[in-house]
Order: sequence, then C-alpha cells, then structure tokens
Amino acid sequence: MKHVKTLNTQTLNNTVKKGGCGECQTSCQSACKTSCTVGNQTCEQKK
Amino acid sequence: MIHQYKSNGYYIVLDVNSGAVHVVDELCYDVIACLSGQNEEHTEETLKESAVFELLKEQLGGRYIEDELKEALEEVTELTKAGRLFTPDCYECLLEDVKKRKTVVKALCLHIAHDCNLACRYCFAEEGEYHGRRALMSFEVGKKALDFLIRNSGNRRNLEVDFFGGEPLMNWQVVKDLVAYGREQEKIHDKHFRFTVTTNGVLLNDEVQDFINREMDNVVLSLDGRRKVNDRMRPFRNGAGSYDLIVPKFQKLADSRNQERYYVRGTFTRENLDFSEDILHFADLGFKQMSMEPVVGEESDIYAIREGDLPVIMEEYDKLAKIMIEREKSGKGFHFFHFMIDLEGGPCAAKRLSGCGSGTEYLAVTPWGDLYPCHQFVGQEEFLMGNVDEGIIKPEIADEFRSCNVYTKEKCRNCFAKFYCSGGCMANAYHFHGTIHDAFDIGCEMQRKRVECAIMIKAALS
Repeated sequence: MKHVKTLNTQTLNNTVKKGGCGECQTSCQSACKTSCTVGNQTCEQKK
Repeated sequence: MIHQYKSNGYYIVLDVNSGAVHVVDELCYDVIACLSGQNEEHTEETLKESAVFELLKEQLGGRYIEDELKEALEEVTELTKAGRLFTPDCYECLLEDVKKRKTVVKALCLHIAHDCNLACRYCFAEEGEYHGRRALMSFEVGKKALDFLIRNSGNRRNLEVDFFGGEPLMNWQVVKDLVAYGREQEKIHDKHFRFTVTTNGVLLNDEVQDFINREMDNVVLSLDGRRKVNDRMRPFRNGAGSYDLIVPKFQKLADSRNQERYYVRGTFTRENLDFSEDILHFADLGFKQMSMEPVVGEESDIYAIREGDLPVIMEEYDKLAKIMIEREKSGKGFHFFHFMIDLEGGPCAAKRLSGCGSGTEYLAVTPWGDLYPCHQFVGQEEFLMGNVDEGIIKPEIADEFRSCNVYTKEKCRNCFAKFYCSGGCMANAYHFHGTIHDAFDIGCEMQRKRVECAIMIKAALS
C-alpha cells in the first residue's frame, strides 16, 4: 500500500474462536502491583 | 471503533476491535477521520457508495486532489475488506461466557511479612501493617496457602506465587521453606510454581541473591530513582535515606541475572512529576528492566497526583518515549514496563475481557491466612473472602469480581485502550468511587497516554 503501513499481522478477533487456555500470567504479578496492564503480556501458547 | 492520533510526527490509526495498528500518511489520516466521523460502522459495501466519495471531495477537496482521495479510499476499503479497519465489535456476545466462566485460582500474593524496615511515605500498606497489626506469616499458614492454591487450580499447570509484604526478606526463612515445599508438591501434583518476590533490598545479601536467582522467576526491586527523590519518599524509620545502601545491591542482583527477569520498580508522586528523569537515572545506573508507577493516595495527600498534573505527566511520557527511541537506536535501549506492548503475540480476547483476575484467579493471603481479592484490598473487612483453612466462604465476592469487565463499565466501553488495560485496577476504582464497577479517571488518562506512546515507539522502530 502507498499510504498505509500496518504494523501487525495478527488480529485480536481471530483469537475469539479459540477461547482462552488460562495458562498466561496474572497481570498484577509482573511488575506493577498498582495498576492493570494486560496488553504487554505474552500469550503462553506463543512463547 | 477507530482511534487515531498524531505523535512524534507519526500518523497512527488503531482499529480497536481487530487490534490492527496502521501508520499512515497525512492524506490517509484525514480520509479515515472523515469516514469514521460519517459512519463508525462502515463496511466494504458502504465505502463503495458514491455518497462516500462525494463527502470526501466536499470535506477534503480543498486540500487534496480527487485522484489522491480516490487512492486513499481504495486502500481504506481494502483494509476494511481484510478485517483490519472498521472491524465490528464481536466481543459483546462473549460476555455471558466471560461472566459465567469457571475460574480456577492460579496466583497468590503471599503477605509473608506485615512489617517493614523502611517507612515509605506513600505506602498503601501503612509501613507494612495494612490497617492491622505487625505480623509474620508462619510456615504452617504458608503451606496451607500453597495447598489451597493447588487444590483450587483445576487443570492449570503454571501457578504463580509472589512473596510480598511489607518486606518479605524480614521473614526469609519462611520464604525458603515455602519454596522447598512448593518444589516438593509440584512434582506430586504435576504443577509448576513460578515464584516471584518484591523487595526493598535492605536485607539483600549474597545468600538471598543466590536463592532468588535459583528459584524466582521474577524479582521486583523497589527504588524510586534519583537519590534525593528516593530518599525523600523511602527513608528508614529514623529518617535516613535508603538509596546508598540499596542501589549497589540492586545493580549486583540485576547483573547476576544477566539483566533479565527482574524489574526495578519505582513510584512517582506529585513531588517528582519529572519522573522521566528517574527512569533515565535507572538506565544510567545500568538497569535494563524498569517500571515507574503513579502513586496511589488520598486526594488530601500532598504527594497525590491530581487532575491538574496530567498535562505535565503527558509531556513526561512523550519525552520518555522519544528518548527511548534514541537510546534503542544507539544500542543503549531498555525496557519500560508501561511502554511494552506486544502487537503480534499479545494476550487473547478472553484474557483481555477478563481483566487482572483479582478476586477470582488471583488472591492475596494475609500472614494469618485470610483471603482477599488482591493485595490492595487487604485489611478492608468487606472484602474478606475466606481463609486458607476453610477456603472461599464468601463466593459472592468472587462473583462480583468475575462479572466486572470492560463492557460492564460505562467509561471503558467506549475507550480505545480497553483491550490493553482490561478495565484497569479494580482496587483503584473502589478506592476513588466506592465500587469496582467504575474506573479511576486520572489513572485512565495516564494509561491511554502510555498505550499511545507504546504504539508510537513500535511505529518508530518498525
């Protein structure tokens, strides 16, 4: 494309079909302990 | 839902429902703004309607020639067809499943010591006491907590246990004994414990460091940044500063872990709104993994962040983002927790809809074995859920937390950042609004900014 550069290939809505396996990290255990940040976590299935 | 913004010279378009991130030119940026202003639910078909092109000509004809507008519209239509722009919301239909989902407990925050050897001014745990008494968790209580976790974890294999406080190193022998017990039990039950510890470093020594490196998946090291900033907020009980004692120990620990699997974690307050300097100070000390959290405090606290501070804070995040790009390009990059975003391999929709897991998948355990939805609710009796002997005795509390998500909160529903923060911290919401079904507005403003900066950094380094 001439006017657009897309940064990612995966789409969030595609993950809906599979449902969640629940093996991922609990968000608050990582570093923050006072806010909630989920978007920076890694899916356990894609590690 | 489309969110578009300009940052550091980049024109960025986020298609919220697909998570697709586009870096576009000014023409395309204007075209998308015009189209989403006309109809937020455009489809490939509606974009091909003649009225759409007429509108573009009418609104943007003065700035762009027809051929340019036509070309940009074609690219927008192509993206829409590919499900990467104007993507409809397919998540609301999942909400009943999310609310009714069967959850297992997969993480515990063990309050191993309700006591502390520092007297940090902003401590939400009230210098470790959490509105209660000083206490250390016994091995027996800790053991029951691990048994409770194993018993309630269903098929989940990876179990997380954070040794938290107060200051957990003040009860170090029990930490070591519990890790040994966990390692023994994980073999029996086919589980894997991921232990973590959060420490202020005062009691850190070689023996502790070796143990942490051997057994802990992650370690959070509390430090606020520059000496004067740190020592003002994080003094010893006699008022002396803690920086000089702690920094060399943290540097040694970080190096001994190859600069991985740790965070130097600071808190910024109204007294250091130039907190980007503290983050850069961490980097200059040689740290590679860092986090800097806004303080949580009462509005009456002089150090609490107020709405009027937000413009300065936004500038700080912008400034930090630009410096991080420069440092990355010059080979001196570092990770800042809140600017980390995984656009390709991030969490699935189910995870983003279910939030932080407090009260359901994640519980805090007091030194005497009481269970609370998370460490920030400890000591608030209305949130006492049960104990390690009897388990959950108030399941209605878990039900309330389970039912809370970005679609049940009015403020979140229309927010572009909802799939990145998953509704934010429920403790903060309760603290400021008296209900977990709300959002801490100042925190939301900062969160949105951090998401924008994180995406911009990706654009700059792509």
